[in-house]
Amino acid sequence: MAILNSLRMPRDCDENFIHRVETESRQQISKCYQCGNCSASCAYTYVYDYPVNQIMRLIQLGQKEVVLRSRSIWLCADCQACTTRCPCNIDIARVMETLRFLSVEEDTVSIKNIQLFYDEFINSVKIFGRVFETGLLATYNLKAKKPFTDIDLAPKVLKKGKLSIKPHRIHGRKEVSDIFKRFEDYRNKKNLD
Amino acid sequence: MNRTAKRIAYYPGCSVVGTSVEFDQSTRALCAALGIELVEIPDWNCCGSTPAHSYDPLLGAALAGRNLALAEEMGLDVVMTPCPSCLKALKGALREYEEKQHSFLNILQMPFSGQIRPISVLQLLYEDIGPKTIREQIRYRLTNKVIVPYYGCLLSRPPEFAQFDDPENPISMDELLQAMGASVPDFPYKTECCGAAYGVTQNHIVGKMTGRILDMARCLGADAVAVACPLCQQNLDLRQSQVNRYWHTTFQMPVVYITQFLGFALGIDPKKLGLDKLFVSADDLFKETSEQPEKLTESTTA
Amino acid sequence: MRIGVFVCKCGTNIAATVDTEAVARKALEYPDVVYATDYMYSCSEPGQQEIQQAIEKYDLQGVVVAACSPRMHEVTFRRAVEKAGLNRYMFEQANIREHCSWISKDTEANTRKAMDLVRMSVEKLRFNQPLFSSQVPINKRVLVIGGGISGIQAALDCAEGGLEVVMVERESTIGGKMAKLDKTFPTIDCSSCILGPKMVDVAQNENIHLYAYSEIESVSGYMGNFKVGIRKKATYVDWDACTGCGLCTEKCPAKKSFDGFNEGLDTTTAINIPFPQAIPKKARIDPKYCWYLIKEKCKICQKICPVDAIRFDMENETVEEEVGAIIVATGFDLVDHSVYGEYGGGHYPDVITGLQFERLVSASGPYGGHILRPSDGKEPKNIVFIACVGSRDPSIGRPYCSGICCMYIAKQVILARDHIPDCNCYVFYIDIRAPGKNYEEFVRRAQEDYGVQYIRGRVGKVYPKGEHLVVQGIDTLLGIQVEVEADLVVLATGVAASAGAKELAEKLRISYDEYGFYMESHPKLRPVETNTAGVFLAGVCQGPKDIPASVAQGSAAAAKTQALFSRDTIETDPQIARVNELMCIGCGKCIDVCPFGSIQWKTLRDGSQKAEVLDTVCQGCGLCNATCPPKAIQLQHCTDDQILAEIEVLCAGERHG
Repeated sequence: MAILNSLRMPRDCDENFIHRVETESRQQISKCYQCGNCSASCAYTYVYDYPVNQIMRLIQLGQKEVVLRSRSIWLCADCQACTTRCPCNIDIARVMETLRFLSVEEDTVSIKNIQLFYDEFINSVKIFGRVFETGLLATYNLKAKKPFTDIDLAPKVLKKGKLSIKPHRIHGRKEVSDIFKRFEDYRNKKNLD
Repeated sequence: MNRTAKRIAYYPGCSVVGTSVEFDQSTRALCAALGIELVEIPDWNCCGSTPAHSYDPLLGAALAGRNLALAEEMGLDVVMTPCPSCLKALKGALREYEEKQHSFLNILQMPFSGQIRPISVLQLLYEDIGPKTIREQIRYRLTNKVIVPYYGCLLSRPPEFAQFDDPENPISMDELLQAMGASVPDFPYKTECCGAAYGVTQNHIVGKMTGRILDMARCLGADAVAVACPLCQQNLDLRQSQVNRYWHTTFQMPVVYITQFLGFALGIDPKKLGLDKLFVSADDLFKETSEQPEKLTESTTA
Repeated sequence: MRIGVFVCKCGTNIAATVDTEAVARKALEYPDVVYATDYMYSCSEPGQQEIQQAIEKYDLQGVVVAACSPRMHEVTFRRAVEKAGLNRYMFEQANIREHCSWISKDTEANTRKAMDLVRMSVEKLRFNQPLFSSQVPINKRVLVIGGGISGIQAALDCAEGGLEVVMVERESTIGGKMAKLDKTFPTIDCSSCILGPKMVDVAQNENIHLYAYSEIESVSGYMGNFKVGIRKKATYVDWDACTGCGLCTEKCPAKKSFDGFNEGLDTTTAINIPFPQAIPKKARIDPKYCWYLIKEKCKICQKICPVDAIRFDMENETVEEEVGAIIVATGFDLVDHSVYGEYGGGHYPDVITGLQFERLVSASGPYGGHILRPSDGKEPKNIVFIACVGSRDPSIGRPYCSGICCMYIAKQVILARDHIPDCNCYVFYIDIRAPGKNYEEFVRRAQEDYGVQYIRGRVGKVYPKGEHLVVQGIDTLLGIQVEVEADLVVLATGVAASAGAKELAEKLRISYDEYGFYMESHPKLRPVETNTAGVFLAGVCQGPKDIPASVAQGSAAAAKTQALFSRDTIETDPQIARVNELMCIGCGKCIDVCPFGSIQWKTLRDGSQKAEVLDTVCQGCGLCNATCPPKAIQLQHCTDDQILAEIEVLCAGERHG
C-alpha cells in the first residue's frame, strides 16, 4: 500500500490519468460526492487496501500510481453492488474494470497470482477455444508454486465425474486465435498512437 | 397442455459443461419437458468472462461476440445461457458493439447486427413459462420444505443492464419455488456476492462470503438453498467443506439448481437432472418430496 | 412617421462585440428614421432623459431602443417614452445583447446582426398602433390555499391588515406538518405550543373564513377578479352542530381505520377527530372504514351524538368564492422511501420515516410519547438515523437537498437521548447542512453534549436478523465499514411536492418545476410571486425550507397582497386579442383553441354569430390569431402585419458577405 503523506497541487495531480479513466469508462468521476454508499455495500472492502470510495477519491485527485498499484482493483469481483447503489448513477464497477486493464497496460498489477490465473485462463481459451478447467488448475498450481491448491476437493470431484481429463478443442480454434491476433494488432496500434 | 415449441439459441458456457455439468443436464431436460427447443450454438467458444475483461473489455466482447454472431447466423433472436457471468459477457459484447462499433467489428470479422437478445435461464423460466404454468404442471410438491432462494450478484444487477427482476429484492426464484409448494422465507442475502471466482486464488474470500450465506440460510431453518448460477453453486456446494474448515462449522446444506428443483417437481427422471452430481447430497430432500405426489389431472403432462 | 433609434452600449456588454456607432449610423438609412444615436447606458436616468429630450426636440412619434432583452427593461423604456408624451406601445426594443453581443465574439458578424435586428424593430414600429388599457376594480378578498404554518401566517397577516380571507384546507384540520411535530429545532420549542395559538387565532378571527376538508375545484378569472370553485368534501357530520365532544370516537366500533395523522403507525376509529388541538375541532367519518357507509351496519355514532350531528346522507358540496388574490401555501409530502429496496422497501415495521419518529416521540402519538418499536412495542436500545434518504439522489430523480433533515435528525437524536437516556444513537450522514441561526451550534450540541455518534458515510443496506436490524454502513473518514445491530432505524426521508400539486398548478395556471415545486417569478428577487399575476406562493410548496423561512414567506405573500390591494383598480394589459367583426366568419375555432376560455360567442343584431374576446381574461398568448382562418382575430401589438413586416424586411435585406 503506497503511503500518501501530502499532495502538492497541481504538480501531483495527473490530469491525463483522470481524463483517460473517464474516457475509457465513460463515467464522469467528478459526479462522485463521496457518500460512501459503494464502500458500505461492497462485500470485499475488508480485503481492500483502499475502499472503493477512496479509489474514486484518488482518481479525482489524479493519483495514478497509487490507484493502478492498489490491491483493491484486483480483489474486486465485479459484483455490481456499488453500481446498483450509487446515488449519482456512476457505474463504479465499470470504473474498477477500467482500472484493471489500465494497470495491465502499465504493468503494475499488484496481485501476481490473480494475474497468473487470468493469463492461464486466457491461454487456455487461445489454444482450445474453451477453458480446460483441469488444465487451468494444473498449470496455475505449477506456476504459482502452490501445487496443493484445491487438492482436498480432488477425490470427490473425480468421483462425481466432474474432472475432464481431455480438453474439448473446438473446430473454430483458429477463428478464436485469429480474434486474439487481431486484438493484439489493435492494441499495438493504439499504444503507438 | 400443448405448446408450440419455442426455439432459442443456447450458450452453455465453459463451467456448465465442466464442473457444473448438472446445470446443463437439468436445464436441457427441463426445457425439453416445457416445450422449449434449445439450439446449442455450434462450436461455441469461451466468452472470456472476467479474465478477458481484465485485459480489455474489447477482447472479451469479441470473444463473446463470436457466439452471438453464430447465433444470428442460425436466425434466432434470443440466446439463453445458464451462467450469469457468461450472460454479462454476451451483453457486454452488445455494449462494445454500440460504443466501439468499428474496432469491435474489425476484431470480430464476422457479420453482426447486434439484434440478438441474451437472457438467463431464470429469466426464461420466469418470463416465458411463469409460476402459474409451473403450478399447473407439477407432479411433486416441495411441501413443508423451507428453500432459501439465492440469486447471486449478477442476475438482477445492475438494473439497467440486467433488465430483469428487482436489484435489491428479486422474487422470480421465490415465486417459482412457491409454485412448487415450497416455503420461501425472507432472505436478506439474496444478492450478496458469494466470493465469485476467488476459490482458487484467494480461497479465504470464498470461505468468508459463502459461509455467511450458508449461515443465514441455516438461521432461517432452510432445508436447501436454490441457486441459478454455476459459480455460486460451486462455491456453496463444491467448496462447502472448505467453508466448514474456514468457519469451523458443520454445514450440510444441499445446494440445488432451480432447474433441478423444477425438473424434479415436474416429474422428470432424476437421473436426467444430475442430482447425483451434487457434492452435498439432496437425496433425503428429494426422497421425501417424491413421497408426496400430486394427483394427476388432465392438465398435467407426463 | 418620425422614428428615433437609440443604440445602447450597455457598458462593454454590447459595445465589446458590436460597433454601436455603426449600427446607429446605418439606422438613419431606414425609412422613417429621423434620428439615431448610441449611448453608454440607455436605461440609466441620463440615458432615459436623452431619449425624452430627443422625442421633444425631433418631434418623434416612435422610439426604437436597441439594447438588452425586453424582459429586462421594456417596462422601464415604455414608462420613459410615456413620460415624454408618447403612447407606450409606440416603442420597440431590439435585443442586441442576449440575442447578439453575448453570443459571439465576432464583432463584424454581431454588428451586421444588430443592424438587421434594428431594421426589423423599425419596420415593426411603423406598423404599431397606440394601445390603451382600461381600469378594472379589484375585489379585496384573498384566498389562501393550505392551512399549514405558512398559510396560517399569510392569513393572519392579511386579516390583521383588514382584508377578508378565505382559507381552504384539504385535511379536516389546519396545522399541516407542523402539527405533527413534537418539538422544533433549534430551540426544542414544543410545536403545538407555538402553533396552537395561531391556529386558534385563525378560527376566531372574524376576517378569516375557513373551509376545512375542502379542495379547490376550479379557478377562473384574473388578478383582482378570480372566481374560485371550492369543493366541500362530505364529512358526514354537520359541523355547525358538532361540538367536538368526542363521544362518537369513544364508541365507534370500526377501530382499524388508517390513522393518517399518526402516519400509519396506529389505527383509529372510522369517525374521529385527528388530534386534541385540531382546528376545527369537529369529527369526520372516513367512508373507507365506516361500517355503515360500507355495509349499512352500525350507526352507533348517530345514536349517541348528543347534538344529532351525524349525517350519513351528506354529499360533496361546491361553493363559489370571489377573490382578488390567491396565496398558495400547499406545503409538501415526504418522498416515498419504498423505492429503497436496500432499506426494506417499506416492509420492515421498525424502519420508519422522520415524520413517523415525530409521532412516536409526541405525547399525542400512538404510544403516548414513548419511543417503542412498532413491531413488538419494546423500547429500542440502539437507534440508527440515516440521512439523505430520497434527497441528493440523482438515481431516483431527486438531486436536490431537502434542507431540513440534518436539523431534524439532530433534534430527534436529542429527543431520543432525553426519552431513553441509556440508548445508543448513531447518525450516518454525508454532509451536515446547518445554515440558520443557532443551527450549527445545535448540531454540535447533539454530538458534544448528548453523546450521539455521528458517522460520516452512507448506509448500503438494512436487513433483519432475528429481532434486530443490521445496518451496514461506512465511515469514509477512516475508510472502514461500520455495522450496527439496531432496534430501530429512522430514515431522514426528504421533501417532495405535495400530492396533487401539479393538478392544482394547472388550475391556477402557475408553473412548476420537474419535482412539482411551484416556480417563483425570479429566484432571487421575486421569491413569493409567480408569473401569473395575482397568485403568490408561500412555504415549502415553492421549495424545501424550514419553519422560520415558511413563516417569513407567508408574511411576504401577505405583504404582496396588501400592496396589490392598495389601489382600488388595476390596469388591464392591452396586448390582447381583438376581433375584427367584419372579417369574422363565426367558425368558432378560436373559442375551441383558447386555453383560458377568454373568447365567447356574440350575437349581432342581424342574428349572425361572431367571436368576442373578454378583455380581462385574455392572457395574450396568440393561439387564436394563429388558428383563425381569415385572420379576423389579431393579437394587438403582435399582429400578423407587424410580424410579417419584420420577416419581409429581414429577408429582403442586403446580402452580407
